[in-house]
Parts: sequence; C-alpha cells; structure tokens
Amino acid sequence: MIVELGHFALIVALCLTLAQAFFGLGGAATRRPHWIAVTRRAVAGQFVMTACAFASLAYAFYSNDFSVLYVAQNSNSQLPTFYRFAAVWGAHEGSLLLWLLVLSLWTVAVTAFSRNQPEIMISRVLGVLGVISVGFALFILLTSSPFERLWPAAQDGRDLNPLLQDPALAIHPPILYTGYVGFSVAFAFAVAAMLEGKLESVWARWVRPWATMAWLFLTIGIALGSWWAYYELGWGGWWFWDSVENASFMPWLIGTALIHSLAVTEKRGLFKSWTLLLSISAFSLSMLGTFMVRSGIIESVHAFASDPSRGLFILIFMGICVGTALALYAWRAPNFRSNVGFAVVSRESFLLMNNVLLVAATALILLGTLYPVFLDALKLDKISVGAPWFAATFLIPILPMVFLMVPGMHAEWKHASFGRTRNALLAVAGAAVVLSLLLALGVYKWHSVLTLVGFIAAFAVGLSALIEPVTRLRNGHSLSASVVGMSVAHFGLAVFILGVTTVESYHLETDLSLRPGSSAQLGAYQLKMNSLRSIAGPNYDAVESEVAITRDGKEVAVLHPQKRTYRVQTNPMTEAGIDAGWGRDLFVAMGDPLGDGSWSMRLQYKPLVRFIWLGALIIALGGGISVTDRRYRQRAAAEAPAKAAAESI
Amino acid sequence: MTARQRRMVLVGVVLLAVGGAVGFALKAFQDNLQYFYSPSDVSAGKAPADRLFRVGGMVTEGSFKRPSGSLEAHFVLTDYASNVTVSYTGVLPDLFREGQGVICRGKLGANGVFVAEEVLAKHDENYMPPDVAETLKKQHANNGAPAPVAGASSPTTGPTSGPTT
Repeated sequence: MIVELGHFALIVALCLTLAQAFFGLGGAATRRPHWIAVTRRAVAGQFVMTACAFASLAYAFYSNDFSVLYVAQNSNSQLPTFYRFAAVWGAHEGSLLLWLLVLSLWTVAVTAFSRNQPEIMISRVLGVLGVISVGFALFILLTSSPFERLWPAAQDGRDLNPLLQDPALAIHPPILYTGYVGFSVAFAFAVAAMLEGKLESVWARWVRPWATMAWLFLTIGIALGSWWAYYELGWGGWWFWDSVENASFMPWLIGTALIHSLAVTEKRGLFKSWTLLLSISAFSLSMLGTFMVRSGIIESVHAFASDPSRGLFILIFMGICVGTALALYAWRAPNFRSNVGFAVVSRESFLLMNNVLLVAATALILLGTLYPVFLDALKLDKISVGAPWFAATFLIPILPMVFLMVPGMHAEWKHASFGRTRNALLAVAGAAVVLSLLLALGVYKWHSVLTLVGFIAAFAVGLSALIEPVTRLRNGHSLSASVVGMSVAHFGLAVFILGVTTVESYHLETDLSLRPGSSAQLGAYQLKMNSLRSIAGPNYDAVESEVAITRDGKEVAVLHPQKRTYRVQTNPMTEAGIDAGWGRDLFVAMGDPLGDGSWSMRLQYKPLVRFIWLGALIIALGGGISVTDRRYRQRAAAEAPAKAAAESI
Repeated sequence: MTARQRRMVLVGVVLLAVGGAVGFALKAFQDNLQYFYSPSDVSAGKAPADRLFRVGGMVTEGSFKRPSGSLEAHFVLTDYASNVTVSYTGVLPDLFREGQGVICRGKLGANGVFVAEEVLAKHDENYMPPDVAETLKKQHANNGAPAPVAGASSPTTGPTSGPTT
C-alpha cells in the first residue's frame, strides 16, 4: 500500500512540475505576478511529493517488502540496515528517483536563496528547472518505475550487488548526482538570461555560487568514486579512464572552465556568450553522462540498464533540452557582445587560456570516449581507446594550463604588469625547481623528465597560491572569502598533482604466489603470510589471510586481506588489506587459490597516493569557502536599484 | 605593432598551438586504438602480428591449466567455431572461470598463443561481452552453435581488470 502511495505521489509530483514549468515560463513571459506566485507553490509541492515517493521506496527496502520487484532485485533480508537504505539507489530505477529528488532539492534551494533577485528572472529559472523535472519524472514513470509489484512475492531478495556494499559507495551516488544535477541551475539561469535577451554583470554574481556548489559536489563525488575503486575493486588503481569516469570528468572540466569564465563576466562584463555556452555545455555533458551510464551503450562498472528504450528516451530528451538551448543561443548570442578591451597579458587573457585549454582537454576525452561508440553503432569496427592514450593526450593541454596558473593567479585585470608580485613569483619559480630536484633526486630516485616537470608544477602552483594570502596577512590587510577560496582550491590542485606524480612514477606492483609461512620482498618491505583461515560475515563467507609487513626487521603492519563469497549472489569479491599512511600505502590483495595451499597475491607500494584524494577534498573546500563571500549575500536591488525595480513586479 | 596586430599574432600563435596539439593527439589516437577480434578472425590470420589487440570469447570447459603454485595460466577461448589458446601470468579477475565470457588484451605470440597482458571479466554469472554475444549470434546463424545466453545482463557491474603491466 505504501508503495502505491509512493507511485501516486510521483504522479502528483509530475503534475506539479508541469505546473511549475508552465506558470514559471508563462508567468515571466506574460508578466503575471499571480502566475509567478503559483510557480513557487508548485516547487514546494513537487518537492514534498517527490520526497514522499522516495521515502515510500526507502520504507519498502527497510521493511523488506519483496513483493516490490525493485526491492526483490536489489535487497535481501540478511542485508545490514544501512545498506538497505543505500540499496534504494543501488540500481537504475531508484537512482533515477534520487536524481529527481536531488533536482527538486536544488529547485527548492533556488527559491530559498533568490529572494533578492528579480522575480521575472527567477520565475524563468524555475520554469526551466520545471521542464527538466518533467522530463525525468516522465522518464521514471514511463520506462523505469521502481514501484512495480512482483506477484507472487519473492521469498527473499536477490541482494544488493556486493560491490556496492561499502560506505564510500553508499554516499558516492547522492553526492555525484548533487553535482551533476546542480549544473542544471546554471543551465536554467543561462536559458533565462537568453530568454530575457539581457545579461548584466550582476547575473554572473547570481550564478557563481550555484555553479561553484555544483562543481564542489562533483569534485567530492568523483574523488569518492576514485577512492572506492582504489580499495574495493581490489586492484589499487585510482583512475582507469573508464567511459563512465570520463562521463563524470567532462562536466567537471567544463564546470571548472565555467566558474573561471563567470569570474571574468562578473568582474569585467566580458566573455558573456562564452559563459552562456559553458553553462549549457556543463549541463549537456551531465545529461550525456547520465545517458551513457544508463543506456548501456558503454560497458562499464556502472552500466546497469541495457534497455534500449531508456537510452532512447534520455537521448531524445537531451536533444530537446540542449537543442532548444543552443537554438536560443544562436538567436540571442549577438545581444551579448561586449566592447571592453584587455591587453595580451592580463588576467582576462590568462583566464581565457585556462578556458581554451580546459575545453580542449574535454574535447580530447569526448573524442576518446565516443569514437568507439560511433564506430560500433555504424558497424564499422570494434575498437577501444586505451588508458595510455587518455593519460598521454590529457597532459598536452593540461600541463600548459597548470604552468599558466602560476602567474595567472597574480595577473592584474585589463593589463598585467606583475608590479607587486614579480619578485615573489621569481622566488616561487626558483624554490619550486630546487624543491623538485630535492624530491626527485634526494627523497626518491631519478625517474623521468615528466616526473620532474610534475613536481615543479606542484610546487610552483602550491607556493604561488600562498603568495596572496601571505602578503595580505603580513601587511595587515583583510582577506575576502573569494581570495581565500581561490588560494585554497589552487593549493589543493598542487597537492593533487604532487600525489599523482609521485604515485605514477614510483609505485611498485608485483603478482606472486604466497603460502602460509612464505614471504616476499616489495621495495624496502618484507611481506610474510602468517596464516589463512575461513571466516563468516553477516551475509558472506570469506577466506582471510594474515600478512605481516616488516621493514629492516621492524614490524610495520599486519594486514588481513579477504576473498569473500556473498551467499546470495555468489560472486567472489576481493577485500584488499591496506596499510594507509601519509607517505605511502601498502596494498595486499588476494587473487585465487593455486592448488597447493598457496594463493596468487598482488602486492603494491603506493607512495603519496592519499594526496590524490586529499588534494581533491582541499579543492572542494576552496570552492566551499569562496561561496561564503559576502558579496553573494548582498541585495541585488542595492547594486542596480533602477533595473531591479523595473523588472520586479 | 598596433594593439590589433599584436592580437592577431596572439590568435595566430594560439591557433598554431591548438592545431599542433590536435594533430599530435589524432596521431597518438591512431596508434592507441585497440581492435577487437573473435577467435575465428585470429585463426583466419586477420589479427595483426605486432600490436596490441583484444580478443573475446568463452573460456572452454576443461581447458584451464595452471601448474600448482604457479601464476602462469593457459586456457582456450572459443566462439564455438574456432579456438585461441591464451597464456596469462598474474592474478585473474574475481569472476574468471570456465564457461564464462572474457575479453583478453595482448599480443599474438609467434607460436600462435595469445599472450594476454590483461584479462577482463564481468561481475555477473550471466554476463557475456556484447562483442562475444554478437560473434556467437553470427556463428549460430551460420552453423547452429549454441545460442548466446544473454546479450548483457540486468544488474551488472564492472570489469575488474587483471594487472595493467
């Protein structure tokens, strides 16, 4: 009964999103205040209804209601309670419901934080968000309802996929979706501005916090996914250039370009149409990601659904949204010309280069990801593009971008002379080279020129990011949240680059066979297998080995890697044993029994691998700090009183 | 130079740089494409001798051999028309077993044995790589070999890879 109520709530939510779309766009077009007022009510209503639908599904999981098909497919009475909630988004149908819920949360946030912005603009934004909600609600109801009953009810469920029974992965989809869906707000603002035909600098100030928040969540979501793949897929890599990883990385890159381009639009009134295009692209790539993941056109960890009608629906819906937005862009872009100039060396040109290079990197990844799909669809050839290609070509645009950041952070607007920061920058460059040589020759052994370049990039960016906060604090000036946020995020990137360079250059990896009592050498470490034993978990059985690690005779760690077999889905699963540390991870994974009491084992040494995720978290923290800047909370009306007064009704 | 000329020079430099980068990327792209072949293609000599490619098929029942305590495994991949013997040294993915569809990436050795650098299998017992399923379908139409089990499975999860050497 509860589930039927949930289904009904979702239908009501669809009706309310239709109202939201109609009254939002119509109210703004016809300037009817009461229509605009209805839009806000519809937003509240559709949020409550979507939340009810989601709650009813969660309750079905909690109460082990195996008469619901989706629950029977993705849960089990033995599944721990926490994972029963995570199982709600453990497969296609539920994860789409989560998508819709997150979208309505963003919509509610827009209504809550836009009190000071022109009514007409916000009404349009809500209308566009309504259109997107209609599309996804229809998608769920027509092709992927999680509320279908199974008759007769199953005795017990087929259990949640063992790979997903993990805390990091339980929160990875909601956070990633919050990022993906968050770009819909920037998209809606862009469409609203194009419908309006006007774009003031203050528009960029309204959009910046939204774009930054979406980008922040996407950063954390991707980092969580990478961390999970590292320890749970069992093989110790942190990025595989898998299609679905690329699908989340492309909107991130474009999102990064967008938040930088918005800075120029806000401060200087430039790059207006470019910013609009990036807003459209970021969301389009989020939709493309959803399409690729959900349609099953790409083989991947995440490709749950292989129902072609679902893929087709998303493709058509994406075509409508993006096509309309681009048509509108083609029509209105000429309105957004700006005639302000800037010198060849200026903050504007550095940010332009940042944008060009980020877009180039995205284009390369898009090419590598979609080219095999096109060839396959056209029945020409079956190919795959290897990770080495992505790794090599990605650096072509990204390395110059990273080095341009070093002076770019300190370039003045209009015409950069670096008068104030020239000496500090030279000192940073010198220090970066010295520190990198020390690290590449002293701490580690010489590896390659690229390693040295990576270290120099990391130190130069990291130190350069500190110049501004340090000099301002020393001179007793106050620091705005924007400056702190930018510095922190750029410092996080430096930490990330340091981690990537070190782990890619100096990691050790070996496959070998071990039996109780035998030992192996990995770099400076000795690993000895002490014992093997069988253990029973709540919903799995496992073989666990005890591996003691020593260095120069001193004990470093005792690890307990496992090979699990989950009782319902019977797939074997590798639980790696990891000794985590700031300086290095030691990673031991069990392969399979080799017959004579020994097991195949994979041993890995991963120096500074934690810096990769730490860096990503610092980057996200920087974004979080910058959205707290005071100017985002100032009344728009105070900035442009006449305009706002004319527009609001 | 006037400001306008300087800007044109800048634009020219940017275009050259972007063009060069794109050219390099496309060249690298051509070199890094890995083609997929079925065991029939490999037997017919269609697969290249000197570069990496992927071959997919079902692991033949009873073909898996690994000396006790050793990491070097041999098995036979089949599309029910032709067979390819594969050798692989290292940790096999969790779901590797006989009767399963797998994809191997590697090079063809001089003796006709495919030396795999990486073996991919899916985390689902009913999974068959779409490539394999298609090859099987073709074979099925031609000479009545066993029909593919399923094109792809419902709640699948991903490829766990063997080592990436």
